[in-house]
Amino acid sequence: MASNSQAPKKEILLPSERKMDFKERWAYTRHEMKRNWLCYAMLAPFMLLFLVFTVIPVLMSLPIGFTSFDMAHFPKWIGFQNFYTLFLEDDVFVIAIRTTIIFAIFTGPLSYFLSFLLAWLINELHPALKTLFTLVFYAPSMAGNIYFVWQLIFSGDTYGYANAALMELGITNTAIQWLTDANYVLPCVIIVQLWLSMGAGFLALRAGFQGIDKSMYEAGAIEGIKNRWQELIYITIPSMGPQLMFAAVQQIVTAFTADFVGRQLAGFPSTDYKVHTIMTHAFDYGYIRYEMGYASAICFVLFIVMLVCNALIRRLLSKYMD
Amino acid sequence: MLKSKKNLKPSELAALQEAENAAALEALRKRREKEHAKMEKSKGTNKRVGKSWKNDIGIFTVLTLLGLFMIFPIYLAIVNSIKPVQEIFIMPPKLYAMEPTLENFSDLFKVANNSWVPFSRNVFNSVFVTVVATVFHILFACTAAFVLSKCKFPGYKFLNEMIVVAMLFTSTVLYIMQYMVMAKLGMINTYWALILPIIATPMDLYLMRQSMSQLPDAMIEAAKIDGAGLIRICWGIVMPNSKPALMTIIIFQFQAAWNATGGLFIYNEALKTMPTVVQQIAAAGLARQGAIAASAVVLMLPPLVIFILAQRNVMETMAHSGIKD
Repeated sequence: MASNSQAPKKEILLPSERKMDFKERWAYTRHEMKRNWLCYAMLAPFMLLFLVFTVIPVLMSLPIGFTSFDMAHFPKWIGFQNFYTLFLEDDVFVIAIRTTIIFAIFTGPLSYFLSFLLAWLINELHPALKTLFTLVFYAPSMAGNIYFVWQLIFSGDTYGYANAALMELGITNTAIQWLTDANYVLPCVIIVQLWLSMGAGFLALRAGFQGIDKSMYEAGAIEGIKNRWQELIYITIPSMGPQLMFAAVQQIVTAFTADFVGRQLAGFPSTDYKVHTIMTHAFDYGYIRYEMGYASAICFVLFIVMLVCNALIRRLLSKYMD
Repeated sequence: MLKSKKNLKPSELAALQEAENAAALEALRKRREKEHAKMEKSKGTNKRVGKSWKNDIGIFTVLTLLGLFMIFPIYLAIVNSIKPVQEIFIMPPKLYAMEPTLENFSDLFKVANNSWVPFSRNVFNSVFVTVVATVFHILFACTAAFVLSKCKFPGYKFLNEMIVVAMLFTSTVLYIMQYMVMAKLGMINTYWALILPIIATPMDLYLMRQSMSQLPDAMIEAAKIDGAGLIRICWGIVMPNSKPALMTIIIFQFQAAWNATGGLFIYNEALKTMPTVVQQIAAAGLARQGAIAASAVVLMLPPLVIFILAQRNVMETMAHSGIKD
């Protein structure tokens, strides 16, 4: 016993924590891979399809931004030429950046907080009402392409619901060209974007709320939590980190790739490029002018911006993640 | 008693032990049931901090007002789908149908049945693609999500990272590249082109991974010590405890698969899905507001049913919730 206590304390390290040279590390990795073969086997079905239908096409599209590619000929490597043109010569791109930022603020942070707030408020209600309200708020995302209804609402003639209502109330006596007047088109499209924004992120947050163990709230009440705000901040949000991150990623994607709704409602090109986003710009060059190389360069820039946003949000939410 | 036990033959001893075990199990089960009944009874009385009628009515009012804004366009679509032609262009537009009719729906199906391919074929395509894609996606994605969230093996960080990066990547050329890959594999104009890309979407996997990461590692360790294999742990322990996320991804996946049109990958009429055909008819075949509205309503129904079923299921399971740390 005595001799044992006098012996110098030897630190025991796991193999993964020990410093190893390259050869040893490689051997260790191979050993670990063999030991975990079942993990790879379980990943294989999904990862194989993911590789073929997503990863390979993504890797193939990355270098296209550095080429001149018109779909008819093989892509020609032109280095950073596309990016020079984009940032130094393309005036419409500057407008597109401005529009994208406006859209991103509304469909990004604003609708993120809104979907969290709504998911939370719904969670406070009676179970039967929970299902009803979740359905009501998610319904627009489920209805898919019923943009035509918004076209009816914002229709520029007197048959449009918005115009008819305003004229009935005596607010205006002429029909407003909601979707072609430069003053109105942006707010109109933003309204529709917000209407559509309670999508995957919102539903994931609802699932997150439903997954929280109810006993946590009882424990919280004993620990001295006084109101629902405290409950939200000290119990709910910390136990929803992963869902918050998922919703954030969804929101980044929808915020920066806003394009389709604007094109559907305001037409293309929209009046004064009012709803011309970066994605619309890419669509313009890709599918109308067939300058795929240039369109890819535009998307590449957007991709980098989204990666940066993702990293920032992950940093912000890191304390709630495992 | 002990003495008699010693004198017994091994087979008799085994039978005796089995009977004892069964009795013990029965007693345990009864106790559990009792506790469960007690829990059920106390569920309603479970008080939460700051819960009051006043608050609830406030929340209800706010949600109702916002909900009206959300539901209004959908309501208009439904109303327009049951308006007869002469009512659509009334000034000022009415918010209800004066003489509701199912004419738009019957017209839609009449035109659909007169096209080259019988409409039942398109409906079958849609149902087939949706069921196959949803079932296999859930199977593959959930297994993969479990491994990515709960197993540490060389490369798991890289793969996790790759999923998120893939979700953020959008490009106008991506579609063309997908087309090229599929053409190389000879999948253009086959069911594969409809089903496989849907199975390979990373969004649901990411959501599943995120919510599985909330389950305590201790639960998995315990199962491992009890001798459960990885597959058993995944489907027997982790999945039942991820019900809300599972139901959510079923909704997403069903919707994605149901709305799949195949785009450029499918040009054979016999392989086209219901959404493609219905939208074609609404846009070109009938070209009226009422028909377009009717097509939207028809397409919206199946996802709606799945949504309600899935949400109800979540409510039921979460009433007696699982283990969390």
